[in-house]
Amino acid sequence: MSPIGLRKQLISLVLVGPLLLFLIFFFAFPLVTMMKSAVSDPVAARALPATARAVASWDRVSPPTDAIMAAFVTDIRQINDDQLFGDLVRRLNSAKSGFRTLMTKTRTTLSEGTGSIDLIAVDKRWGDPSYWQAVSVAASSTITDRNLLAAVDLQRDTSNAITALPADASANRAIMLRTFVMALTVTVACVLIGLPFAMIAASVDGWKRQLLLGAVLLPLWTSLLVRTAAWFILLQDTGLINSVLMQLGVTSGPVPLIFNRAGVIIAMTHVLLPFMVLPIFSVLIGIPKNLMPAAASLGAHPVRAFLNVLLPLTLRGVVSGSLLVFMSALGYYITPALIGGAKDQMISSVIAYYATGAANWGMAGALGLVLLAATMILYAIYLRLSSEREVRP
Amino acid sequence: MNVLRFSKLVFGSATVFFLIAPLIAILPLAFTDSVFLNYPIPGYSTRWFEELFTASVWQRSIVNSLIIGCGTTLLATVLGTVGALGLRDRQLSLVLTTVKTIFLLPMVVPAVVLGVGMQLMFARYGLTNTYLGVIIAHTVVAVPFVVVNVLAVLQGIDRRLEQAAASLGAAPVTVLKQVTLPLALPGIVSGAVFAFATSLDEVVLTLFVAGPNQRTLARQMFSTIRENISPAIAAAAFVFIVGTVLIAVVLNLSRRTMAAKI
Repeated sequence: MSPIGLRKQLISLVLVGPLLLFLIFFFAFPLVTMMKSAVSDPVAARALPATARAVASWDRVSPPTDAIMAAFVTDIRQINDDQLFGDLVRRLNSAKSGFRTLMTKTRTTLSEGTGSIDLIAVDKRWGDPSYWQAVSVAASSTITDRNLLAAVDLQRDTSNAITALPADASANRAIMLRTFVMALTVTVACVLIGLPFAMIAASVDGWKRQLLLGAVLLPLWTSLLVRTAAWFILLQDTGLINSVLMQLGVTSGPVPLIFNRAGVIIAMTHVLLPFMVLPIFSVLIGIPKNLMPAAASLGAHPVRAFLNVLLPLTLRGVVSGSLLVFMSALGYYITPALIGGAKDQMISSVIAYYATGAANWGMAGALGLVLLAATMILYAIYLRLSSEREVRP
Repeated sequence: MNVLRFSKLVFGSATVFFLIAPLIAILPLAFTDSVFLNYPIPGYSTRWFEELFTASVWQRSIVNSLIIGCGTTLLATVLGTVGALGLRDRQLSLVLTTVKTIFLLPMVVPAVVLGVGMQLMFARYGLTNTYLGVIIAHTVVAVPFVVVNVLAVLQGIDRRLEQAAASLGAAPVTVLKQVTLPLALPGIVSGAVFAFATSLDEVVLTLFVAGPNQRTLARQMFSTIRENISPAIAAAAFVFIVGTVLIAVVLNLSRRTMAAKI
């Protein structure tokens, strides 16, 4: 490379430096933190250091040795921090239910004396190796695949093999499927409305085109919250849509449109439609105007000319638009949260619940990782498609 | 052919109606004198605008939105403009192409995912429940809009103008100040407007990062719709929609006058 080229490169790097550092620290680093929280599991190892050393030589099948029990007693007596004890109980209870009562009872008994104590006499559950397996798994490692497995409704059983969670224990797969189906429905609705609309907009000109494009751009520029509020007001039982329907005598009582699937799909289609129309439109205006007359002059019926000439050329725009809409719809939070009912919540709502409601950062991180991965794959495909278009003359 | 034209007209009008009608339907409700958001409107009054501008929760949230919006606009515009200057060459090296992709990535990552990460990380550095934390979070999602807008204008600038200035003896800093930045101004302005609008409309990151003292207008609207919907929402929406139309008109006019000057 020439010295001038090198110098230019250097100046460019200096210029992009501040923003790059800003985004590494405040964009990439939070995402890494979230991913780490999905696999990190330090509580038990920190609360039970002696137990962690003692279980290292245990085969996890035979009954627990006296040394393990003694180490456990020592560790429990040493926990002064109630917060840490609470975290430990929550961690153990999530591996095997029953720990909540067991640990509270054990701690109370242990705090009454100082000498060695028979744990099995405190509670006979301590004679069951499966409880010790849970303690051992939790204490011996600071990372875990538990959350990632639970995010797709899997778990490790006592023999450490991966099995399905019981049907009542988790619904994550059902929520992912629901998210996928809802995003797909919105995408299909956007194609069905957006494709003909973009074709009409491309076929007219002057003020008509301005009007059609303006109708797409105005909602795009309007606050998402305002659009959602507007739909909330329109869709409610006493809202404009229902009062018009009842005035016209179409229905005697209000049609339920809010807090259900139909309302969410309608509002999301409205919000995401511009992302479908604009890519298709930009492909369409690049297509030479004389293609259709050419096909007609060669004897093609208008329908055939449309199917064989215009539609294949438009397809690239449809694919770009669909990817954009589907990708945005997957991560939607506000619209389902405000317009949907409990059965219309998508994966984002579940992540938000784990993070802000249940303070279960591990599960929030694991589900976030799934959503992030899905979005990034779709975005990579989208980038690939749009860069191919740029390269073509 | 008449059938085709007729169906085009019907479909086009229906879609325009679907896109625009919800935004128009909400406007008159801002002036209702009832406590319900229903049609027909029993009587007209400005009581909900008074509520919006005098009730302490709303007032507070408007002030917060302005503080956070201005902070975000400043930070995002400076960082984004400088970053875009580094990416203006049409033929980018592999490193810079990657950098450009990274700059645009915050637009794509789902807000809830970013919110969870920010809440965890910001808590570690004492940034949660602070104005600075919210401004940083908003800047992350606003900065791609600045980069895109400034870059679009920079790539349209005739490089010979800068070369001419340099050949007449102007130092690189002078060229930047006297030639490049004035020419890029329309892009910087629209980038700044987009950054402000993004901050104004941001809810999800605010939910995760802000405390009760940093409750923004959008955040306040979100909980009002969720908990006890009141016509103050319609009044707030009215302000938003009228603001949007005004900004769009101003941007269009400024672009036209700029284009006329160049």
